[in-house]
Amino acid sequence: MMKQKITISIAGLLLEVLSLSLAAQDGNQMLRKIDRNMSADSRIIESTMIVHGKRNDRTITSKSYTMGTGKAFTEYLSPARERGTKMLKLEKEMWVYSPATDRTIMISGHMLRQSVMGSDLSYEDMMDDRRYEDIYDARVTGSEQVDGRACHLLSLTAKVDDAAYPSQKMWVDSERLIPLRAELYAKSGQMLKQITVGDVKQVEGRWFPMKMTYKDVLKEGKGTEWIIHTITFNQSIPANVFSKASLRK
Amino acid sequence: MLIIRTAFKNIIGAGRATWLNIAVLSFVLVIMTAYNGILDGWIEQSRRDTMDWDTGWSQLWQPNYDKYDIFSLPDAHGKTPAQIDDLLKTGMAAPVLVIQASVYPQGRMMNIQLKGIDPEQHILKIPSLSLRSTGGETPVVIGKRMAATTRLKKGDRVMIRWRDRNGIFDAREVRVAAIFETTVGSADTGQMWIALDDLYAMTGMQDEATYIVMQRESLVNANVGGWHFKDNDFLQTDNRMLEQSSRAESLIIFAILLTLALLAVYDTQTLSIFRRQKEIGTYVALGMTPREVTGLFTIEGTTYSLFAAIFGTIWGSPLLYWFTKTGLPMPEAYGDVGMAVGKAMYPAYKLTTITTTILVVIVFSALVSYLPARKIAHQNMVWALKGKIN
Repeated sequence: MMKQKITISIAGLLLEVLSLSLAAQDGNQMLRKIDRNMSADSRIIESTMIVHGKRNDRTITSKSYTMGTGKAFTEYLSPARERGTKMLKLEKEMWVYSPATDRTIMISGHMLRQSVMGSDLSYEDMMDDRRYEDIYDARVTGSEQVDGRACHLLSLTAKVDDAAYPSQKMWVDSERLIPLRAELYAKSGQMLKQITVGDVKQVEGRWFPMKMTYKDVLKEGKGTEWIIHTITFNQSIPANVFSKASLRK
Repeated sequence: MLIIRTAFKNIIGAGRATWLNIAVLSFVLVIMTAYNGILDGWIEQSRRDTMDWDTGWSQLWQPNYDKYDIFSLPDAHGKTPAQIDDLLKTGMAAPVLVIQASVYPQGRMMNIQLKGIDPEQHILKIPSLSLRSTGGETPVVIGKRMAATTRLKKGDRVMIRWRDRNGIFDAREVRVAAIFETTVGSADTGQMWIALDDLYAMTGMQDEATYIVMQRESLVNANVGGWHFKDNDFLQTDNRMLEQSSRAESLIIFAILLTLALLAVYDTQTLSIFRRQKEIGTYVALGMTPREVTGLFTIEGTTYSLFAAIFGTIWGSPLLYWFTKTGLPMPEAYGDVGMAVGKAMYPAYKLTTITTTILVVIVFSALVSYLPARKIAHQNMVWALKGKIN
C-alpha cells in the first residue's frame, strides 16, 4: 500500500515537472512567435500619441525610423509647439533636438526618468527595445478571454540581470500571437505599468497592433494612447538618418 | 597742534553746516555697519548651516561622483575605502549613498534623489534616528521644502520607484517618519533620506557610498584609496560665490551713499574757502605758510568724519545692538532658491569691517576736503587779505 502511494506521488511529481517544462517550452516558443510579429530589422511608423491629462488631452503626431533594437530616430510633426523636435537613440545613448532653442541635448541620468512629451512613457522605456525572447523566460499559466478573444496567459521572468521589469504577465492572442494586454512588475511584485493593445491588423503578412495604451499605474490619469497610422517593415533606411547631423536637418 | 585746535574751533563755530555733515556721514557709517553686519552674519550662518546639514567639515567623493554634474550619479557609487574604516566605526565619518528615484505623491510623479545615511550618524543634523526600521515599514525623512512640494505630512505613506544596481525597476511604499526644517536647500529640495541599510537592500549596493562626510577631527586631508578629498573651502564654494556677489553689491551701495555724503563735505569746504578769504589772508599774514592753511582746511574737513564716527557710535550702537536681537526677517522664498537663509538674518559685526568702513570714510573725507583747499597754496596772499581769491 505504502509502495503504491510512493509510486503515485513520484509519478505525480514527474508529471508536474513535465507539464512545467512543457509550459516553459510552449511559453518560450510563443515569445519567439510574438517577437516575429512585433520585431523587425527595420520599421518606419507614422503615428499619433494621445496623452490623457487631468484637464485635457494632447495629441502629438510623429514619424519614426527604427533599425534593429539599437537605433531609432523620431521626428515630431505636430502640434506646432512640438513640430521639428527630433529624437535620436543610438544604442544606450539618446539625444533630443529642440527647434525652439536650436539645441541638442543628451538625455541621460535623471532625465531618462522623465516622461516623453508628458506621456506615460519615459525616455528609458523607449530606450529598452530588446526582443522578448532575449530578456525573458515565459511559462504558460492559463488561458483567459480578452476583448472576446481567447488568450494564453504567460508569466514572464527575466533571464538577464539588466531587464528593466523583472517579471511580466502577458495575455497573448492564441490565434494571432500578439500580446493583447501586459502588466509590468517591479522586483518587489508591485505592478508598475499596464499595456493594452487593440486594432490588430495584418500588415505585410504579420499581425500587428495598431493601437496601444500605456498606463503608469502609480500615476493618476487615463494613460497614453499610441495609434499607428502606417507601418512598413524591413525597408532600407539610409544610415545618415541615425546620425546626430540629422537632428538639425 | 595749533592747527588741529584751530580746525576744531572753526568747525564747532560753523554750527549748522558742521552738524549737517556729521549727521550725513554718521548715517552712512551706521547704515554700512548694519549692512555689512547683516552680510557677515548671513555668511557665517550660511557656512555653519551648510556644514551642519549638508557637507560636514570635509568629504571624500567616489571617483565618478561630481556634485555639479547630475549625469555622474548613476555610476557614482563604490565600496568605501578600507583606510577610513576606523573613522567610520568611531562615527567621525559617515557614508552617504545617493541614487535617483521617483516618488508618486497623490498620483503625481516626481524625480528625486534618494539618500541613504546611517541612522546612528551624528555628523549631519538630519534627524536620522527616525530612520530606524519599525514594524517592517521603510521610514524616510524629508525636509520642509520637499514636504511642501509633495504635500506629504509626517506619517504619510507614499510609493517610490527606483532601479537597482542592474537597472531593474523596483517599487515600495515608504512612510514619512519625520519632517525636518533646515535653512540649507541642498539638503532638502528634491530629496528623501532613508536608512543606509534599507538602501543597500533595495539596490544591492552593499557597503557602497557616493560620498563620505567627515568631521573636522577626522584629520583626513588628501585623497584616500582613489576617493577624492574635498576640503571645507571647496565645499563652501556656493556660499563663497554668493558672498562675493553680495560683497560687490555692498560696495556699490557704500559707494553711492559715501558719494552723497562726501558731496555735502565738498560743498561745505568750497563755500567755506570762498567765504573765509580774508581769514585765509590773515592766517598767512600772521605767519602761516599757504601749505599750513591748506592743511588747516583739510583737517577741518577730515574732522567731520571723526566726529561722525563718534556721533555714529553714540546713536548707532544701541540701534545696532537691538538689531542683533531682532534680526532682519527674511521671506521663505529665499531658502527655496538654494540660499541657506533662516527666518531672519542676524548681523555679526566684525571689528575689521567696522574699522575699514570708518577708515575709508576718513580717507575720502580728507581727500574731498583737500581738493578745494589745495588752491589756497597758489594764491597771492595780498589779494587774499583783500578778500579776492581767484
